[in-house]
Amino acid sequence: MRIGVFTCHCGENIGKTVDCPAVSKAAADFPGVVHSEDYKYMCSDPGQNLIKQAIIEKNLDAVVVGSCSPHMHERTFRKACSSAGINPYMVEIANLREHCSWIHDDIPSATAKAIDLLRFAVERVKFNEPLTPIKVPVTKRALVIGGGISGIQASLDIANSGFEVILVEKEPSIGGHMSQLSETFPTLDCSQCILTPRMVEVYQHPKIKLMAYSEVENVEGFIGNFKVTIRKKARYVKDELCTGCGLCFQKCPIKKAALSEFDEGLTTRPAMYVPFPQAVPNIPVIDKSICTYFKNGKCQMCKKVCGRDAIDFDQQDTLIEENVGAIIAATGYKLYSIDKKPEGSIYQGYGEYGYGKYKDVINGLQFERIASASGPTSGEILRPSDKSVPKKIVFIQCVGSRDESKGISYCSKICCMYTAKHAMLYKHKVHGGEAYVFYMDIRAGGKMYEEFVRRAIEEDGVKYVRGRVSRIYKENGKLIVKGEDTIAGVKVEIDADMVVLATAMIAQQEAPKLAQMLGVPYDKHGFMLEVHPKLRPVETSSGGIFLAGACHSPRDIPESVAMASAAAAKALVLFGSDILEREPVVAKVNESTCAGCLYCRKVCAYNAIEIKEIKDRQGNIQKVVAYVNSSLCQGCGTCNATCPSKSVELIGFKDDQIYAQIHAFSED
Amino acid sequence: MKFGYYPGCSLSGTAKEFDLSLKETLSVLNTNLEEISDWSCCGASSAHISSHLLAVALPARNLIIARKQGLNDLVAPCAACYNRLVTTQHELKLDEKIRVKSEEILEEKYKDGLEICNLIQLFQKIGIERIKELKKINLNDLKAACYYGCLLLRPADITHFDDKEDPSSMEEIVKAAGAKTVDWNFKTECCGASHSIPHVEIVEKLGKAILDNAIKNGADIIVTACPMCHANLDMRQKNIIKHNPEQKSIPVLYLTQLLGIAFGIEYKKLGLNRHTIDPVPLLKEKTKKFAEAAA
Amino acid sequence: MEQMRDTFLKRVIDITSQDPSSCYQCGKCSAGCPVRDFLDDPPNRIVRFVQLGLYEKALSSSSIWMCAGCLTCSSRCPKNFDLAKFMDALRQIALQDKIEPADKKVFKFHKAFMKQLKKYGRSYELGLIRDYKLLTGDFLQDIDAAPSAFMKGKISIAPHKVKEKEKIKKIINRAI
Repeated sequence: MRIGVFTCHCGENIGKTVDCPAVSKAAADFPGVVHSEDYKYMCSDPGQNLIKQAIIEKNLDAVVVGSCSPHMHERTFRKACSSAGINPYMVEIANLREHCSWIHDDIPSATAKAIDLLRFAVERVKFNEPLTPIKVPVTKRALVIGGGISGIQASLDIANSGFEVILVEKEPSIGGHMSQLSETFPTLDCSQCILTPRMVEVYQHPKIKLMAYSEVENVEGFIGNFKVTIRKKARYVKDELCTGCGLCFQKCPIKKAALSEFDEGLTTRPAMYVPFPQAVPNIPVIDKSICTYFKNGKCQMCKKVCGRDAIDFDQQDTLIEENVGAIIAATGYKLYSIDKKPEGSIYQGYGEYGYGKYKDVINGLQFERIASASGPTSGEILRPSDKSVPKKIVFIQCVGSRDESKGISYCSKICCMYTAKHAMLYKHKVHGGEAYVFYMDIRAGGKMYEEFVRRAIEEDGVKYVRGRVSRIYKENGKLIVKGEDTIAGVKVEIDADMVVLATAMIAQQEAPKLAQMLGVPYDKHGFMLEVHPKLRPVETSSGGIFLAGACHSPRDIPESVAMASAAAAKALVLFGSDILEREPVVAKVNESTCAGCLYCRKVCAYNAIEIKEIKDRQGNIQKVVAYVNSSLCQGCGTCNATCPSKSVELIGFKDDQIYAQIHAFSED
Repeated sequence: MKFGYYPGCSLSGTAKEFDLSLKETLSVLNTNLEEISDWSCCGASSAHISSHLLAVALPARNLIIARKQGLNDLVAPCAACYNRLVTTQHELKLDEKIRVKSEEILEEKYKDGLEICNLIQLFQKIGIERIKELKKINLNDLKAACYYGCLLLRPADITHFDDKEDPSSMEEIVKAAGAKTVDWNFKTECCGASHSIPHVEIVEKLGKAILDNAIKNGADIIVTACPMCHANLDMRQKNIIKHNPEQKSIPVLYLTQLLGIAFGIEYKKLGLNRHTIDPVPLLKEKTKKFAEAAA
Repeated sequence: MEQMRDTFLKRVIDITSQDPSSCYQCGKCSAGCPVRDFLDDPPNRIVRFVQLGLYEKALSSSSIWMCAGCLTCSSRCPKNFDLAKFMDALRQIALQDKIEPADKKVFKFHKAFMKQLKKYGRSYELGLIRDYKLLTGDFLQDIDAAPSAFMKGKISIAPHKVKEKEKIKKIINRAI
């Protein structure tokens, strides 16, 4: 075998700690190596040309590149080699950056290690075989999980490109948090006015199958070929018959059955309800847990008044299977619970601010409802306890966010802006009212954002106090807010009528469960992870699965919409081809030695192991062996490690390749 | 039941009535105390102003003695001593360096494993139900503001008990004894602690705010578990009244005294006569109906 | 200067096991400090002094002596910075470096307290008050509270002594 070795300096990344020319020189003497050179940027065009040229001139049949992680440029180098006539799987990468230069600082020993890493790779490549990528067809339909603004945007973009979308929303209506908002920064346009046309568009779109009040139960398969099971929860209303007239829930006798989710607990709702008047679809649901009929078999008022006979108490949840090629997760966020003892939460509560104890200490979403024309006070700023106009209001930023002691170290990003908006709306609506904002920093990085905050301060007279509040308690009907202004170094104590806490955005509670189902990594807070923070921000490490909106990290509406369109674009890229090529790194069973114990089947996380019967010429079953469905296999190697008779091999990572590397190491 | 007992300097001095009422109450509850032999001061705030090592070494001496005495459970009724003892135990467990240094100057090995409890935890261990069963005197008319002060609950990650911002465990005990409790705002505010001597003006100002808030929220008495809080609220109350003619007085009782009263123990045995603000007239008034009914 | 900064910071970190740079100056400590009205410098400013390397300013502020050690700041700090411990460290360093305490009363109180401890192994109130008065020369303070305290047996005439009081003295001397 004629092997070429190419050592990259990666600018200074490798070159600063590893003596690349020396490495290259040492590699030239490895057995089997007929060519060795180094270059400043091997991934650049001239760098790639060096490789191509050497392949042709020196008639190479295998290549080893010492460079950055294979995650970064394995594909680049394989492509270069392939264009010069070498099978791309005859290329090996020795990671001289992440595994060597970045983690060491002593030049001689880092250089020695780099030489070793290259030597191991050279020994390994001698056992490589030419491989061909596996070809799989693409199902050109997408699943979008979550019907907030991100999910809506992604669905519309894909559907408008002519592909089918299944939009799954767990709540009875789509719209998400955006439907709860009053006005939006920095333009102060009405949130519902800009959102509801989109919701209707989704509902009427011939290419979108909307499944509200439904949840994804199971996901199988792989990029281009997912099989998804969706649970359509029973509404106890036949959606094909319901006209959305509303008579049923208006007549529901259990008027104040539960706190309204849509109004963030500021109002109540009946046992039968639509979350809000503009709900899409406009079909009510019966809350089984509090409905009198479900509790003791009496009532049926809704059924009596329904002119269409659409009420069906016997309705059951149904499981629906769908085949899709791409999945977009857009599950959004929820607010950190600031109650003093959040049950089962990984976060600490905020007892010192009295949320949950004092009715007039509310969170940001509750203020949105109060300020919203569709809210409980029709947009008039009235405090919850006695419906009076608060003359003095205090807004506190970073409640939970940037607070390690409560378990959240990150910045929720949107609170600076929405607090400025809240204070501004308050000042516009309550003439002569006093508004204070306690802040640590003002993070207004966005188009017209800084100007918006300055407007609140300079034109609307909102008083910004630089410092965190220590405690809030009630005395003589006032909420005493104990703060400090760290700029003046003075105590600031305000006797407020109402306090609004800008609480942290956290991931949905079920987000980790969904992420596991999708095979998408997530961080300790439950936010899903992109595959590359800069260059692939909406893709995940699971092919064909993309992220949109706040399920990835706290973000505002414009960012969520942009991310949703980006995720849609990524799905559309996938739908641009009929056939996908997959890495041929899959397991393969040696049927002559396989004993049919099927341990591999038990450990396979992807259900890729099937049972194959070996028959003789007469058709009698000789034995049973394991068989790998290569379209399901993800190449994790667990079966390979488990097999007691060593009958499973992982193509591209065969035992002799790995042993060659280990032997090279032990020879040292 | 038997508990090791670390009285601390206050309970053997200014807060003798805390010690008396504790012992009286526990005898009704069938619980014995075994004092740590030849215990020494925990160092209070003065030790950790001088040296971190000293602040650990002084309590450590007592912890070592308790273990040598074969004790498993230790009660430190004084909130300040409790705070020093649990903090020390925590540091000795987690900080190898400070443990080695402490052992060096103490010339003794430290062994972990002691379960240290404060006054409230003590009653929780004995059982709140027992208090309900054994109470004799009806305190239904008495409204108490439970005052935790700062050191009973902090640092929360070491004490691991109750809600650090809105505690309710003392209320549960007071309610079990039959008295009512009021919701008020200054349960965990600081009384000024050791500033009692060098800066009376601070203690008077902080004390007044605490007393005012208790009174405003309808309390007849303040109940505490800390001798320092008691001194600052009771002994200093006279001066507060002197400097603020409008000020109403409010008796300050130890939790153990309140339990003793509920158990029908003689006032004198509980040391109620030792307070600056005499609680006896109020107590007689609040229990009159019951006494008459009994008669 | 740079060297002094390193040694000072090292001493603080040695005592407290935490780096003052973790404080992000939100002021929650100052907002909740019960003795805030009596401080020359709010607690967050003391940390700021240290962050900026202005050690003399931190050590000569009366605030380090006025801290009551109630732990309100430590228990509410969003960065889990134990400010009370930090204040202890500054007091210890001020004492070691013989920096004139900006509040002499508190300093003298602790001095008197430690004296009782060395002598008896426990605190002895009468001795404490006597020694404190001797140190401050303020003989009239508390003269009105004292008689009733005696009458009620609050203050005992004789000190309670620890048997191993020599050992306690040795512990104190070795620790400081």
